[in-house]
Amino acid sequence: MTDTSLSGKARRDFIKAALATGGVLTLAPGLMLLTTGAGGEAAAADGKPAVDPKKRWGMLIDTTKCTDDCDKCVSACKEENGWQAEDGSLTDVQWIRKVNVKDPATGFAMSLPVMCQHCANPPCVDVCPTGASMQRVDGIVRVDMHICIGCRYCMMACPYKARSFVHEDIPEERKKPHAPMGKGCVTSCDMCAHRVDVGQIPACVEACDKGAMMFGDLNDPNAGISKRLAEIPTYEIRADLGLDLGVRYTRLP
Amino acid sequence: MKRIHYSLLEGRAGYYAALLVLGAIIGTGLLAFWYMEHYGHIVTGMTNQIVWGMPHVFAVFLIVAASGVLNVASIGSVFDRKAYKPLSRLSAVMAAAVLAGGLMILVLDLGRPDRLIVAMTYYNFKSIFAWNMILYNGFFAVVLLYLFVQMSRSFAVQKYKKHAGMAAFLWRLILTTGTGSIFGWLVARQGYDLAVFAPMFIAMSFSFGLAIFLLLMMALYRAVGRPLGHGLVNRLGRLLGVFVAVAAYFVAVAHLTNLYAPEHQAYEKFILAGGNIYTWLLWGGFGLIGTALPLFLLFSNAARRSFAPVAWASLLVILGGLALMYVIIIGGQAFPLVMFPGKEVSSGFVDGVINSYTPSLPEIALGLAGAALAVAITVFAARVLPILPRSLADDDVDPHLARAADVVELKKAA
Amino acid sequence: MKAGLKTVMLALAVMAAPALAGDVAPKVPIDRSKGECVLPGPEMRRQHMELLKHRRDATMYDGVRGGKVAFAACLNCHAVKGDDGKPVTVKSPQHFCRVCHDYTAVKVDCWSCHVSVPRDGAGKQALRPPHRGATDFAALKKYLKEGRK
Ligand code: HEC
Ligand code: HEC
Ligand code: HEC
Repeated sequence: MTDTSLSGKARRDFIKAALATGGVLTLAPGLMLLTTGAGGEAAAADGKPAVDPKKRWGMLIDTTKCTDDCDKCVSACKEENGWQAEDGSLTDVQWIRKVNVKDPATGFAMSLPVMCQHCANPPCVDVCPTGASMQRVDGIVRVDMHICIGCRYCMMACPYKARSFVHEDIPEERKKPHAPMGKGCVTSCDMCAHRVDVGQIPACVEACDKGAMMFGDLNDPNAGISKRLAEIPTYEIRADLGLDLGVRYTRLP
Repeated sequence: MKRIHYSLLEGRAGYYAALLVLGAIIGTGLLAFWYMEHYGHIVTGMTNQIVWGMPHVFAVFLIVAASGVLNVASIGSVFDRKAYKPLSRLSAVMAAAVLAGGLMILVLDLGRPDRLIVAMTYYNFKSIFAWNMILYNGFFAVVLLYLFVQMSRSFAVQKYKKHAGMAAFLWRLILTTGTGSIFGWLVARQGYDLAVFAPMFIAMSFSFGLAIFLLLMMALYRAVGRPLGHGLVNRLGRLLGVFVAVAAYFVAVAHLTNLYAPEHQAYEKFILAGGNIYTWLLWGGFGLIGTALPLFLLFSNAARRSFAPVAWASLLVILGGLALMYVIIIGGQAFPLVMFPGKEVSSGFVDGVINSYTPSLPEIALGLAGAALAVAITVFAARVLPILPRSLADDDVDPHLARAADVVELKKAA
Repeated sequence: MKAGLKTVMLALAVMAAPALAGDVAPKVPIDRSKGECVLPGPEMRRQHMELLKHRRDATMYDGVRGGKVAFAACLNCHAVKGDDGKPVTVKSPQHFCRVCHDYTAVKVDCWSCHVSVPRDGAGKQALRPPHRGATDFAALKKYLKEGRK
């Protein structure tokens, strides 16, 4: 490269080179330059956008099957996403927790997992000054930690306490390559986007051995979850807020 | 009519000593910032339950007060009150300084202050917080413009004095509405989510801002021994009294509105009668120290003849204001978030528990640094810009004031 | 006039910066055994930040994953072995991404969140052969239709 002061030329070279090597380049989100590699067809998990605007990912939690001594979903999430929260810690990161609820009037008690509810109208996204708190077009709500400034307004706005602020450095051994988080940013359940995008189901759903958790595309009438939702009554936590949640429960106290 | 003469702040040892003390406070705050930034927020009292702590108490207080400081200028130019006109330059400079102090705290308390550039280049226009950032920057611009028009010698520019004053006044109203809405629009929390927060914050800004202005103005004039009229201070003091009463009224309305809605009653019980720190701060801090006592002092007979009651009242209003901010910001978060109304909840993540918060020293140091920065900027500006009238004696400011004071004396004599 | 000149010079400097990035860099340890880089070496030197940034947004917003441009893949190919035979973390000045950055005094904040060494599985997943993704999707499709019993 001799003539490099011309940014236009550099860019052209860059694209040419990309074509030559058969790589896949994303020029801008949504605008893809796809070329066929040496291996033949491009893989689903190999550089193609996995987010589909026609989908809306969601969960159905059958709280009648959920017992209060079981926290397999919580430990699976910890393991998968590399957060560790000691019970009762005020500063540790948590993505999902088991909440025990009791009706003082009747004595009826139950237990349910609560995580980010992936609202269709998420208050955390509305309030975020930089747009770091974001909603993918397939309904998953997450934090773009690259532009999160750590103002914590989303935590003030969330009705479910689903978000945590990373209060201290996370040691290298505890970091997960697919779920990065670090000091000074806000983090929360992203419905295991890294798994969903490559054709797996969220870790908590996979770990639940009581069949209490179901994951799927709420917009697809043929999906198992949609059929089930059409069969039985289901509820949202604090439905009065009108946030249109992506996580529904079969029974709430 | 007498011409007002402005001159630079005098003093030598005193001036440098003041800057040194303020600098030391700011320095301590910056050290605290470095400490919190290095170790993370783990070294503060803040948690995942109380996400906004002491720095926000100071920051929101100063930001709200900043627009109130500008009121003195507005009253002079928009409402054409002669006695306030000489004060408008100081008012404008101080308003910008107080806002700068508040913003410094807010920025240094971010989880990622190093990404400030991101905050300035990525905007989410649905966020009231992002709007506030625009409003803050606009405030600086409007205030600078106002100052320029005020201080210009060219008649072509001076013509627009009134327009500039109006612009500044409207902008400050919008700004405080925005700050109030940061809390007022939080549907999730029992303590917030109130439309009355916006007017309440405006009323608070009038009161806190004027208190800061009065205190700092009196301190400056006393420090360099420039004449300051009892009539003027008394009139400003009475105005402060009205503002204090209006602010208290709005706070009362906010709590009454909450009490009326059954879903918020548990929160009100917690704040108003919980017997906790918030109850004490609200009744004792804001109610007694920040409202009742100042009102008594400001409308006392002593306030007509001496500066001390007004100065004390201003100080108390500031302390009461900080107490109220603490109740609003920390108290609002301490009350457990209600996910299942009417049910008892528990979890490993402290659901259904009243959250505790102990402010740490670095947080307080950072907050004080913001306040010190506001004062330092004002003092420095007075040194380099002609914003202080040479005399604020009643005769020089507005002959009516002097006469009014006489009438009072005469009435008393009779 | 003077200000105008200054602006032009500043603009030139800014335009030339990416070029400089490639030209002044020190020698970095390269392991060619795992295949070629995303782009030829000189281009990489100049463009890797753009590449990473585009990729980062593509992953966040569009769920683009895997392939050579994946962050995990960079680390997999560019792992530098330390004295103990294990890949060094970014704490070591020998780390691939630090060699030039230290030299040119560039500071990146990526490592407060991202792992700086290849992880078992992670690198492999990133470089997974095309068919593997496809089978996963078939399995997911089945699950989504029928649910898990
Ligand atoms: C398949 C293995 C492989 C992957 C994946 C890979 N690289 Fe490379 N990289 C190489 C090789 C081989 C070279 C040497 C190329 C040459 O000199 O022609 C290289 C060169 C580079 C250079 C230039 C170093 C120099 O001084 O010449 C940079 C910078 C670089 N890579 C960054 C990256 C980044 C960033 C990524 C991830 C987006 C990445 N690489 C992914 C193998 C890889
Ligand atoms: C060949 C030397 C070289 C290597 C190796 C290298 N970089 Fe860089 N990188 C640079 C230079 C030089 C710059 C500054 C370019 C500029 O400022 O225009 C830079 C800039 C960056 C930036 C942008 C920083 C900013 O503030 O905008 C990122 C991100 C980055 N590098 C990531 C990486 C990662 C990740 C690796 C390891 C996989 C890596 N780099 C390896 C030379 C290198
Ligand atoms: C505050 C934490 C944080 C920091 C700092 C951070 N990232 Fe990320 N990064 C993430 C998260 C979270 C993801 C999403 C991971 C996912 O969905 O699998 C991500 C994803 C990415 C991806 C796409 C992952 C892939 O498989 O290709 C790239 C590339 C990336 N980041 C680059 C960077 C670079 C370059 C920097 C430094 C300039 C950086 N990041 C700093 C949190 C962070």
